[in-house]
Amino acid sequence: MTPNLTYVLVVGVLFAAGVTLLLERSLTRVLMGVVLLGNGANLLLLTGGRAGGPPIVGTTAQEEMSDPLPQAMVLTAIVITLGMTAFLLALAYRSWHLNGHDEVQDDVEDRRIMELADRDEGPGTADNDSPDGEPPQDPAERPVAAAGEPGRAG
Amino acid sequence: MLVLVAVHVLAAVIAPVLVRRWGRRALYLVALAPAATLGWALAHTGTVRSGIPVVETVTWVPQLGLAIALRMDTLSWLMVVLVGGVGALVLAYSARYFRSDDPGLGRFAAVFAAFAGAMLGLVVADDLLLLYVFWELTTVFSYLLIASDPTRRASRRAAMQALLVTTLGGLAMLAGFVMLGQHAGSYRWSEVADNLPGGGYLTVALVLVLLGALSKSAIFPFSFWLPGAMAAPTPVSAYLHAAAMVKAGVFLVALMGPAVADAAPWRPVLLAGGLITMFLGGWAALRQVDLKLLLAYGTVSQLGLLMVVLGAGTRDTALAGAAMVLAHAMFKATLFLVVGVIDHVAGTRDLRELGGLGRRAPALLVVAALAAASMAGLPPMAGFVAKEAAVEAFLHGGTAELIVLAGVVLGSALTVAYTLRFVWGAFADKPGVPATQAEPVRWPFLAPPAVLAVGGLAAGALAPAVDRLLAPYADRYPTGADPGYHLALWHGFTPALALSALAIAGGAGLFLLLHRGRLRPVRLPVDGSWFYDRVVGAVDRAAVELTGATQRGSLPFYLGVILVVLVVLPGGALLAGAPWPQRFKLWDTPLQAVAGAVVLVAAVAAARARRRLTAMILVGVTGYGTALLFILHGAPDLALTQFLVETVTIVMFVLVLRRLPAKFSERPIRASRRGRIALGVAVGLVTAGMAYVAAGARVATPVSVGFPDEAVSYGGGKNVVNVTLVDIRAWDTMGEIAVLVVAATGVASLIFRRSRDLGLRSNIPGVGRSESVRPRWLTTGATTRQQSVILQVVTRLLFHAIVLFSIYLLFSGHNAPGGGFAAGLVAGLALAVRYLAGGRTELNGAAPVDAGLVLGAGLFVALGTGLTAMLLGGEFLQSAVLDLHLPVLGHVHFVTSVFFDVGVYLIVVGLILDILRSLGAEMDRQQETEDVAEARTKELV
Repeated sequence: MTPNLTYVLVVGVLFAAGVTLLLERSLTRVLMGVVLLGNGANLLLLTGGRAGGPPIVGTTAQEEMSDPLPQAMVLTAIVITLGMTAFLLALAYRSWHLNGHDEVQDDVEDRRIMELADRDEGPGTADNDSPDGEPPQDPAERPVAAAGEPGRAG
Repeated sequence: MLVLVAVHVLAAVIAPVLVRRWGRRALYLVALAPAATLGWALAHTGTVRSGIPVVETVTWVPQLGLAIALRMDTLSWLMVVLVGGVGALVLAYSARYFRSDDPGLGRFAAVFAAFAGAMLGLVVADDLLLLYVFWELTTVFSYLLIASDPTRRASRRAAMQALLVTTLGGLAMLAGFVMLGQHAGSYRWSEVADNLPGGGYLTVALVLVLLGALSKSAIFPFSFWLPGAMAAPTPVSAYLHAAAMVKAGVFLVALMGPAVADAAPWRPVLLAGGLITMFLGGWAALRQVDLKLLLAYGTVSQLGLLMVVLGAGTRDTALAGAAMVLAHAMFKATLFLVVGVIDHVAGTRDLRELGGLGRRAPALLVVAALAAASMAGLPPMAGFVAKEAAVEAFLHGGTAELIVLAGVVLGSALTVAYTLRFVWGAFADKPGVPATQAEPVRWPFLAPPAVLAVGGLAAGALAPAVDRLLAPYADRYPTGADPGYHLALWHGFTPALALSALAIAGGAGLFLLLHRGRLRPVRLPVDGSWFYDRVVGAVDRAAVELTGATQRGSLPFYLGVILVVLVVLPGGALLAGAPWPQRFKLWDTPLQAVAGAVVLVAAVAAARARRRLTAMILVGVTGYGTALLFILHGAPDLALTQFLVETVTIVMFVLVLRRLPAKFSERPIRASRRGRIALGVAVGLVTAGMAYVAAGARVATPVSVGFPDEAVSYGGGKNVVNVTLVDIRAWDTMGEIAVLVVAATGVASLIFRRSRDLGLRSNIPGVGRSESVRPRWLTTGATTRQQSVILQVVTRLLFHAIVLFSIYLLFSGHNAPGGGFAAGLVAGLALAVRYLAGGRTELNGAAPVDAGLVLGAGLFVALGTGLTAMLLGGEFLQSAVLDLHLPVLGHVHFVTSVFFDVGVYLIVVGLILDILRSLGAEMDRQQETEDVAEARTKELV
């Protein structure tokens, strides 16, 4: 099959723009990146089959038909992108509602583990030889856990 | 045998109910399960004694050659008797040990019954893989039993230690089993034993298996977990130490010994490990002040001795070992149960606080003394008979055997010493220690240990009978010229008897030396527990470092890593030598370039936009542009769907963006922004390169060449894409609509904050049955402020036409552009228009159903279509073409896959309805609530 340069160019630009947005912190931007990537990926799939007339028997002769298989795949992909867009939008709204912004924050638990690694400590979850009744070593966890609470509830 | 295992499972399941009903007395009922095992085994004594194994096979996973193959020969019979007998007695004892109001009693009874069942399965399993399954089950249940009191740190730690150590060994053992099984072509031990590999292969396999056996039986260097496990309630310890769990390793060694004893690692590992364990355990036992801990270290020592005797691998040692297993089970269970009684009646088991208990509880003393005599190897107890046999067996050998013999005698002396320490510590009058105030011991409490103690006496007295029972096992080793040793109480004045006497005298001397303070047992500087802590600590630390290094918690970082890999690997492959096509074309039609340019410009602008709305519109433009490209490609179905989806997307965006700030939050720092753009451009280049190369690389005939013919002949439709969706690749579509249902549910659960609010999805206040506003056609219902009456009326007029059109699209889709997806989107848009014109009241008027119901109905219809086809004898989702002549309609051409498409349609409608309810109506409601609250606050101020 001969490559179609228009498709190649459009796919490339959609991916470039999509990835640039995807790497942002704002969920709305991430979402728009996902939509752009979705369009790009759909076109990429479509380039796998030849172009031609609509694949409807009786309307187009079989030799002139466009390849129906990538089309069927892309069709479901389009609708799934819709579902995903809705989900991410709801996520963005939820984040805004709870935190006052729709930015993706760093994971608090991961941050805590990185701090442990910096201090060369273990997770402190093992039941060590210390006698019963000794207070668990929780105080170190408390402030971080509190920071993980939603800043603005309701 | 399988029935017996099932009985245990049943007992485990109903035990909590029984305990709730009858309290601790229910344990007597639970004890019936192991008692039945004992009875069954005793009933088969005759068969087994004549050397014929009882065999039972049930097919399990024939594809893996895995069968539930059960086999009871002499060794298994001995173990079954112990598992059942000791299990029943310990449960009967527990019925007195615990209080009815112990909160964990039901759980204890259930886990104990399951544990006994697993142990039973282990000792009768012939298939090695089955044996492994039961092996790990005993590990899990012992974990649960040891951690009976999860609020205590020591309890948790001991349980975790036991679990980690024995599981690690178990995994090694599994690897060894697989090596043996793969070589033999079967996993039945009875077959594997005849088809053993040789050389280094066998050595590695056996070392792995031994790792499992040694860790399970707490042999050095794995000894440390067993003393810790005495954090469990005393009945558990008794069972764990005497008949179950630790005996599994001993059993495995005894089972495999006759076949593999001559292989390289077998004897050295077992003899060395066993001797070291015997000394360390016995020495540590002399230091303990807690009676239970003393016994626990005693068990460690005895397990070492068992390993030595069973590992030595001759006919006579095997006989001695089997007898020793029997004797040990009885005296060790008795002694643990006695400690439990002491703990109960005296309130302590610290031998520094106990004084004069022997005079206050003489019956208890008798029971304990019987068992202790057996442990110390005094005649006429079973322990004596077994030890005599062992000494005698090692007496006639080379230098190695004599060294082992010296070790055994020394170990026996240690045993005598700590036995004396136990009896003295528990019962003797001690100067300076006030006599312990003890309650009287009731007979039902004392009966189980008494039975076991008398059993030890009987087994000693009836040594010839025991000999006849156990001899078939020993005879699996090659017998020499001489007739072989026989168990008996009295062999005359033999060297063995002299050595026994020496051990007893030496032990007594050692005890006296320690007792008078002439000798102090020192604590070894390093034990296994120390290593365990280091290893576990190091693993934890490594996990923290690794997690800290890889899990940075930042989404852009993760995505960046993935994308960089995409650029480096496939991008590198492209550069390194992909077949770049020489020929290319600029476009199929020049119009593609026009549409492409629109998409291009909009995409770049969208990436640069600062306002949400601008970005949204530009992204929309790329979508519509893509739809144009679809048309030009010759894909009308795609274009239709893309147009509709893009429109729905814009509606959704508008619904959400009205609540979010107009501009994106502050721009990221410039450096990182450049990085993002650079990565984006790199990914774009690689993808473009892949698109170019991939298109050029397609030389084979596409699979879809036959689709048009198949679509007409099998699918009964002319629209090839639609037939592909609902017929040829219907499974894909099935998966995809399932994803849609999940997404819709996710959206709803994100927006409806509390689960009870989800009820509002169908019954939003303001409309619905509760407020009886039956929306009348063409009259405005509850119009609020900014809503246009004219718009509402117009949409109501149009609504039904659009819905009708969507239904037309649904049914015509088989032969013309359309189908379930497009039709569902059209219907969804009709709903969206109603909502936009009149708010949530209008939406409820238009669709007075729960979105979840629509989604569920869709999934039901789609699945039902597939299943119906299957029930009628076809494949899942196979379609049938029906050509009917109906009286009024005339000729009807009907394909069953239409029903599947109806399911798709319903799901898409449900998805959009769900989105409108969540992102639209519920967000409105939340906003209104907040507005009202704000207004109130203002009034108050």
